[in-house]
Amino acid sequence: MSAETRANKPTSSRSLVGRDPWSIPLEEIDLAHPGIWQANEFLPFLARLRRDAPLHYCPSSAVGPYWSVTRFQDVMDIEKRTDLFSSEPTIGIVDPDPEYILPMFIAMDPPKHDIQRKTVQGVVAPANLKNLEPLIRQRVCDILDNLPLNEPFNWVERVSRDLTTQMLATLFDFPFEERSKLTYWSDVATAIPGAGLVDSYEESQKILQECLMYFSKIWQERASKPPGDDLISMLAHGESTRNMPPLEFLGNLILLIVGGNDTTRNSITGSVLALHNNPAEHDKLRANPALISSMVSETIRWQTPLAYMRRTATQDVTIRDVTIKEGDKVLLWYASANQDESAIEHADQYIIDRPNVRQHLSFGTGIHRCMGNRLAEMQLRVLWEEILPRFRAIEVVEEPSRIYSSFVKGYHALQVIAHPH
Amino acid sequence: MPTITYIEHDGNTHEIEADNGDTVMSAAIKNMVPGIDADCGGGCSCGTCHVFIEPEWQAVVGGPGEFEEPMLDLNPERNDQSRLSCQIDVTEELDGLVVRLPEFQF
Repeated sequence: MSAETRANKPTSSRSLVGRDPWSIPLEEIDLAHPGIWQANEFLPFLARLRRDAPLHYCPSSAVGPYWSVTRFQDVMDIEKRTDLFSSEPTIGIVDPDPEYILPMFIAMDPPKHDIQRKTVQGVVAPANLKNLEPLIRQRVCDILDNLPLNEPFNWVERVSRDLTTQMLATLFDFPFEERSKLTYWSDVATAIPGAGLVDSYEESQKILQECLMYFSKIWQERASKPPGDDLISMLAHGESTRNMPPLEFLGNLILLIVGGNDTTRNSITGSVLALHNNPAEHDKLRANPALISSMVSETIRWQTPLAYMRRTATQDVTIRDVTIKEGDKVLLWYASANQDESAIEHADQYIIDRPNVRQHLSFGTGIHRCMGNRLAEMQLRVLWEEILPRFRAIEVVEEPSRIYSSFVKGYHALQVIAHPH
Repeated sequence: MPTITYIEHDGNTHEIEADNGDTVMSAAIKNMVPGIDADCGGGCSCGTCHVFIEPEWQAVVGGPGEFEEPMLDLNPERNDQSRLSCQIDVTEELDGLVVRLPEFQF
């Protein structure tokens, strides 16, 4: 690991928490610092950049200089130009350790990206999801029917985490009773060392190595059997993936685990929080459950479970009066694009029946657009189809505890009380 | 005003009077034709306005463009009649066009 990436420790001195977003000098705005995200103070800083510096250069941060792109149309335009803005070597702000690069198709450009993605996307294609829906519904019902009534509990633990983990175990055909390993590996893969879960990147790598060993065994077992319709079997038999080197296998596994795990988990939690904070919208939904699908899209916009994706300029690129240099890191802030009034009317409000509700950037756009978007939407839809007949409200009784990350926008805990009809 | 016919996967048919200046996608959205999502609003960036051009119209409509091809290519249901409807401008030449809609957008 390089000295620069080693130095990526949370540093409170750079946090923007408590600063005035409208008077702070622009060059001091460091959106990638997790402080304002954990404190839920990020929105006015995003608004300031959209207004005053939509292509903003942060000259120094704990992880070096980088650009922030905050307007909807700019994010769309840049994400389309995969020739000018590469997804390699990584889509997070921290450069990977060159000795331990985890290759995954989210961090590849065409043509390799397209080949690998095509191998696995069938499992989350809508035609396959239709077959999965009854199983998902059964699992949702089991979870909801076992919730405590009229007393506080942590929604993240009891519902969001459990449901998404069960879903992953199903997609991987992973040993069901050991499914909590999946969540653990997902959390380790995105954890910032020193923020609680792991102390160092070395420790993360050691844990993910165990993940690789575990999955390698499953891979061997599936490879020796006829092709099945779970993800591991697809990878083990796919023409373009069956000879994947171990690190590439691990990289793509982590991608599928993280992609299918905490993004949906946090959107599920977000749906409860958003509806609690917007009682008129909750009333609308109860009066007209046909709005569930639309509410799900609005929740995914409102939550924006991944705040950004990084691209790296492959050459000098001039946009308006700004030149981004070859090799510069460029963060495409979905969390900001989704709040951009010039693209989304009343973007600061949560409106479950807004027009063009699906036109948000939480899934990204272009060839890297979220592969599991239909699965995520289905999980949320089925969940609410089963919540509404059971509970008159899921009441939030404490401020949520939020994750210390500028990348994963989510929650450790949301204390709620479930009120049955 | 060119007429465009959209046939859903279950055979349900919608005949629409489109305006010049529309795309095959926007004409469908304006007229509430189900089966086209158009999540990116016409930016050739999401692939959710996928349609199949009836064979007799393929030569008139033409093939996918530079940015359209990679989006289509990632769709498991893609075939040689596939186009993204946001990338097809409505013109008088397309009067009578027939497109089929997939069961699912992805």
